[in-house]
Amino acid sequence: MASVTTAMATTTMAELGTLPRRRSQLGMVIQALRHEPVALIGFIIVAGWLLLALLAPLLPLEDPNFVQLDRKLQSPSWSHPFGTDDVGRDLVSRVIYASRVSVPAGILVVAVTMVIGCTVGAIAGFTGGKVDSFIMRVCDAVLSFPSIILAMAIAAARGGPGLSNAMIAVILVLWPEYARLMRGQVLTLKENEFVTAAKSLGVSGRRVLFRHILPSTDAPIVVKATLDVGAAIVLTAALSFIGIGAVPPTAEWGAMVNQGSKVGLQYWWYSTFPGLAIMSVVMGLNFFGDGLRDALDPRRRRR
Amino acid sequence: MGLWGYIVVRFLQALVVLFFVSIATFLLMHAVPGDPVNSIIGERQAERPEVRAAIESQYGLDKPLPVQYVYYVNNLLHGDMGTTITDRKDVLDELRVVVPATMELTFAAMLFAITVGVPLGIVAAVKQGKWPDHVARFISLIGTSIPVFWLGLLLAYLLTYKYQLLPRAGQLDVGMRRPPQVTGFISIDALLAGQTDVFWSLTRHIILPAIVLGSFAMGIISRMLRSSLVAALGDDYVRTARAKGVSEYQVVRMHALRNALIPTITVIGLTFASLLAGAVLTETIFSWPGLGQFAVRMALKLDYPGLIGVTLVVAVVYIIVNFFVDVLYGILDPRIRIG
Repeated sequence: MASVTTAMATTTMAELGTLPRRRSQLGMVIQALRHEPVALIGFIIVAGWLLLALLAPLLPLEDPNFVQLDRKLQSPSWSHPFGTDDVGRDLVSRVIYASRVSVPAGILVVAVTMVIGCTVGAIAGFTGGKVDSFIMRVCDAVLSFPSIILAMAIAAARGGPGLSNAMIAVILVLWPEYARLMRGQVLTLKENEFVTAAKSLGVSGRRVLFRHILPSTDAPIVVKATLDVGAAIVLTAALSFIGIGAVPPTAEWGAMVNQGSKVGLQYWWYSTFPGLAIMSVVMGLNFFGDGLRDALDPRRRRR
Repeated sequence: MGLWGYIVVRFLQALVVLFFVSIATFLLMHAVPGDPVNSIIGERQAERPEVRAAIESQYGLDKPLPVQYVYYVNNLLHGDMGTTITDRKDVLDELRVVVPATMELTFAAMLFAITVGVPLGIVAAVKQGKWPDHVARFISLIGTSIPVFWLGLLLAYLLTYKYQLLPRAGQLDVGMRRPPQVTGFISIDALLAGQTDVFWSLTRHIILPAIVLGSFAMGIISRMLRSSLVAALGDDYVRTARAKGVSEYQVVRMHALRNALIPTITVIGLTFASLLAGAVLTETIFSWPGLGQFAVRMALKLDYPGLIGVTLVVAVVYIIVNFFVDVLYGILDPRIRIG
């Protein structure tokens, strides 16, 4: 497995090396948006959700926690386009307010995961030897637990349900993937001339790693991170769905799908709209991430 | 390095990973807040000093951590995974009941994923850039982006409530008895006992959860096969075959597909293991009495021995599947053995 990853990283980095100039990350994103219509669609969806999450308090929406029992479980209508839930709360408002929980949670989880995983992976790849094989076996071990089951065990060990416990669990489960990816990149990069040059000038090992190698490793990791925000959102929502993530009455997509399924299938709108919200964000992120990858990898673009 | 050398190295690596996994579950057990004796035998029993002392010596709880770990592994090797807190049942016995149910569901899901995913991938690659390709890619994209638990509810609403084509929950019709247990797999046991009605009932119950569980794997398989088949179709040996006048069907079937299947088989192996995880959500939705439902029940009751038992079993299965995938990969692609 590890050798395959390394080989893939080698080709990608080698091709990047043949480009006349290293593109900046922003330039990469703009290029992806210009040449890949799918990436643009994805970007618009994600940006739309971010805006909704940000502006939710300013929108003419009901309080997401406003209970009104005499209008409970109403099917979608003009006044409540997504219907109402089992205590008469407006589902449009709850779905939009839930984006303020799920989307930042996904981004935060991936950001933390990326920092932890990349640091560990960079140390493994740069140090080599026993440290490297120890870290890699730990990664293998963590990766051999299916994420959701390990996350359940961790969330339970941390004392039961709660969004933050679910998020910590997801971080603990996902970091090894970044460690592997980063290690592969560092392994190939550290054979480059600029590293040899820096070393021969007497630059310290830590400085070589953090100032010379790490800045050259952006591209595939950024793509992976984009795709993983979607995965993190789904995993967190899944934990809430089975009842060990966000706790009611917090408006959270996974928890809402769960409540809807408990109320009964005849009230289809209760689960459908929060689920659609999850799917649209994840699809948006997948579109955008795939587009980024295509824009980055000349081999893929030709196909 | 020959094939056997490769297999031995992979086997040793798997053992090392297994060792780390056992440490991880051991640490998880100790990360649990509260008195470990309570979590092994329950609070009321733990109040009796002689019982407490017996448990402490059995699990080595009075010894330092590394020694406790040795006790832990020793107990595991003797099939002792502790008892559940909530209903004081042997974890291993509980797992013996739920694992076959999950295996049956997983096999059905894989069957769906392969029979739909492989043709989809082939069509997409052969008709690359044309509308069948777009349709196939869209289906696989839906398969990989749709949250499993939501797809499950959606299909349940359509097929069991609105149109009532399929049963909503469980493995068998209400009131139907399980066939006499031989293998633990209802499908096989039913056929062995000649109870075709039981087999038919199970088939009707398994369709919906299998589709839901298999949709993600289906998406991955068709995507993987498409991209490797597209790559293979552009290779020199395919051009040679075409130049020789081999028919397009033969080119795809005999030349390109054979090579394109190698990475796909790896992916099939890996997603097979991930299906066990997806089972957590699918089984919850369709009340399928398997490993996943058991795991959720344990997690909600904070029943650590049960939950850690599930975690361990799934990790071990994953490592075993991974080992066989690696070996198969080595057999199929000689280059891997050297690398």
